[in-house]
Amino acid sequence: MSKSYNILIVGIGGQGTILASNILGEACLIEGRHVKGAETHGMAQRGGSVESHIRIDGMFGPLITPGTANLLISFDLLEALRYSHYVKKGGKMVVNRHLVLPTSVFTQNLRAITKDEIIIALKTHSLCLLDADKMADDAGSALSQNVVMLGAASPSIPLKPESLLDAVRRLVPKKTIDINVKAFELGRVYGGTC
Amino acid sequence: MGRKYLLGNEAIAHACMESGVDFVSGYPGTPSSEVIDVLRVQQDRTYYVEWSVNEKVALENALSAAWCGVRALCTMKHVGLNVAADPLMTSAYTGVTAGLVIMSADDPFAHSSQNEQDTRCYAHFARIPCLDPASIQEAHDMIPEAFRLSEEFGLPVLFRPTTRICHSKGDVELGEPVAGLRKGEFHKDPRQYVVIPAHTRILHKKLNEKQSGIRKRLVERGLNRHSIKGKTAIIASGIGFTYVQELLPEGVSFMKIGAYPIDDDWLRDFVQKHEKILVVEELAPEVEEAVRQVSGIVAVLGKKNGYGSYDGELSPFAVAEIMEKAGFLKKNPYIKGEPVQNLPPRPPILCAGCLHRGAFYAIKKVFKDAIYPSDIGCYTLGLQLGVVDTTICMGAAITVASGISHAGDPRDIVCTIGDSTFLHTGIQGLLNAVYNGANITVVILDNRITAMTGHQPNPNSGMTASGVESPAVSLDAICRSCGVSFVESVNPYDITGMVTVLQDAKKRKGVKVIIAKQMCVISARRAGIKRGSYQVNPEICTGCGTCVRFGCPAIEFEDEKARINDLCSGCAVCAQLCPVGAIAREGKK
Repeated sequence: MSKSYNILIVGIGGQGTILASNILGEACLIEGRHVKGAETHGMAQRGGSVESHIRIDGMFGPLITPGTANLLISFDLLEALRYSHYVKKGGKMVVNRHLVLPTSVFTQNLRAITKDEIIIALKTHSLCLLDADKMADDAGSALSQNVVMLGAASPSIPLKPESLLDAVRRLVPKKTIDINVKAFELGRVYGGTC
Repeated sequence: MGRKYLLGNEAIAHACMESGVDFVSGYPGTPSSEVIDVLRVQQDRTYYVEWSVNEKVALENALSAAWCGVRALCTMKHVGLNVAADPLMTSAYTGVTAGLVIMSADDPFAHSSQNEQDTRCYAHFARIPCLDPASIQEAHDMIPEAFRLSEEFGLPVLFRPTTRICHSKGDVELGEPVAGLRKGEFHKDPRQYVVIPAHTRILHKKLNEKQSGIRKRLVERGLNRHSIKGKTAIIASGIGFTYVQELLPEGVSFMKIGAYPIDDDWLRDFVQKHEKILVVEELAPEVEEAVRQVSGIVAVLGKKNGYGSYDGELSPFAVAEIMEKAGFLKKNPYIKGEPVQNLPPRPPILCAGCLHRGAFYAIKKVFKDAIYPSDIGCYTLGLQLGVVDTTICMGAAITVASGISHAGDPRDIVCTIGDSTFLHTGIQGLLNAVYNGANITVVILDNRITAMTGHQPNPNSGMTASGVESPAVSLDAICRSCGVSFVESVNPYDITGMVTVLQDAKKRKGVKVIIAKQMCVISARRAGIKRGSYQVNPEICTGCGTCVRFGCPAIEFEDEKARINDLCSGCAVCAQLCPVGAIAREGKK
């Protein structure tokens, strides 16, 4: 098996997982490293559960297999649990403390899982929980949540923070560069503490 | 041009520009859509680009362009090739003058499709070359190769990436775009382009004579290649090749199939040097059948004898499992990894404020015990609301409805079809239903865009693929000219209005058409349309659950009360449904 660093980014269609994966890919290019990835497109994006696979230094296939992700970045608590079997032993999880209950809970009257139940279940891994919504607001826009998440995960990612920041500058809309740089830095400071 | 981190489809689109493509047509379909979506927005482009109304139309346009000596690309998803199969089969006879590449993107595991068919079988059937990439870089590099092969053999070439190529990403080495400056000119040649029996018999012979040259050339070009390392071998194609590559043990020979037809002499020579061969490929046993033809006494392991599956997509785990079973790995290095059980599912869902939800609600209210044929689009998600009973292929809502009507089921039949799907292959069904006297209600869900595949414009949108204004077609006039006398337009956000019209339709015999018009909520948001948002007054809410059953993702239920979250787009349908008037626009009491 090849020595790639595997990152799985999960969330709900529309939360900006694809931009986060693009930033990682761009940072790999900046460092002249190979990268492979795969993501959800099409109808599945309509509010459904979505996943982006990124294999830094990946030379072969784009998919991460269960039990081989070094890092899981989740934009939602429930999605973190849904994909937790992808994380390898000793792998890390960076998870937004936010929970959107799926509409199925209400329409099919399923038992609503609570934040605390999910957090207990996730604690079998090295877990970094953060309030990305609030930190994004502090940075200046709720839309920068995905960059906050990347920042928080960045101490674990084998890419230089300068490369990641450079990639952020290249890929976010021009008007929002300052907000997103701040979002990354707020996330990174927090991520360094957990 | 250097390296870029790109989606597979972006790399494919770029390769088309590097090949100096002159003419581009296609119909959107996951996972193929982004190729034209990239090509149509390029500044200073020198090629013509269109979204056609369906795949048959797209292919016929591209074919005749290639007859005129310009390089043409035609894109679609695998099932779109069924629609285009009629011109496809005979295009192999007429051939082409300049390159014609037909991209038909397969979707193993049916991530976003109605079946898992394999485009390679079409290539075999039509006797034209097919290129099958294993990675994004290879997909990129195969495009200029496909144009060259098409021109060398005077045949259309099928290009068949799968979802895991189209929607994968990677660092790709790109070349420079080349301006396509060929000017089309049609040279009359009835023996080539008029396929009357006397001509077509000769053309068929010529097509057959080309086959052995194609097989040899695909090997010479390195599209099919191998390395001999021992007495056992693995032969792999498509994405499965990369999964094998990552696990390949020392001393095992390896053959890569990237193009069809496979040269049988070359294949026999390789197979006969080994004692055991494992074939790894997705979907149909195309490679395996070729190997079995030449294997003699060599043991062949493949899906035909239990090493692999005819359905679904390959994964690194599945490939490792096959390699372990076939004795190429001592132990599968991966774990299966069972997900946590009993979590609430989060399937895709109609957006908050989607017009379809209001339309489905009104349909169910008026037609309680009816049959609901439907079609392909976001509205197929109406399945979750119990208003989708059938979906088979594009355009089949109206035809299935009229078939059920003539079969004699006494219940009301109400079918739903989107605007793009209606224009794709729905019109013929409507014409037929009227002509033959079916008793059905047709609801056209008109959001003015091809939404599911990423908001591509269609003849109903008022602009072309490249953003040029074009007159929006009148769905009303099309329906009337098919002979429908009851054609009413309604706003699906106005439940009372839509219910009244549906009740009227319910009383009448014959074919009734109701056009439920409202902009796609995603387009509306992008266009900056703001309708405010709604809130539940907890003092008035009785917790009856009427709004929750409406199934909108903006409505939650907590502590016996409904609550509206920030997904609300202000369609106001829930406010109309609430029996106690607890829902009102934010800021209003």
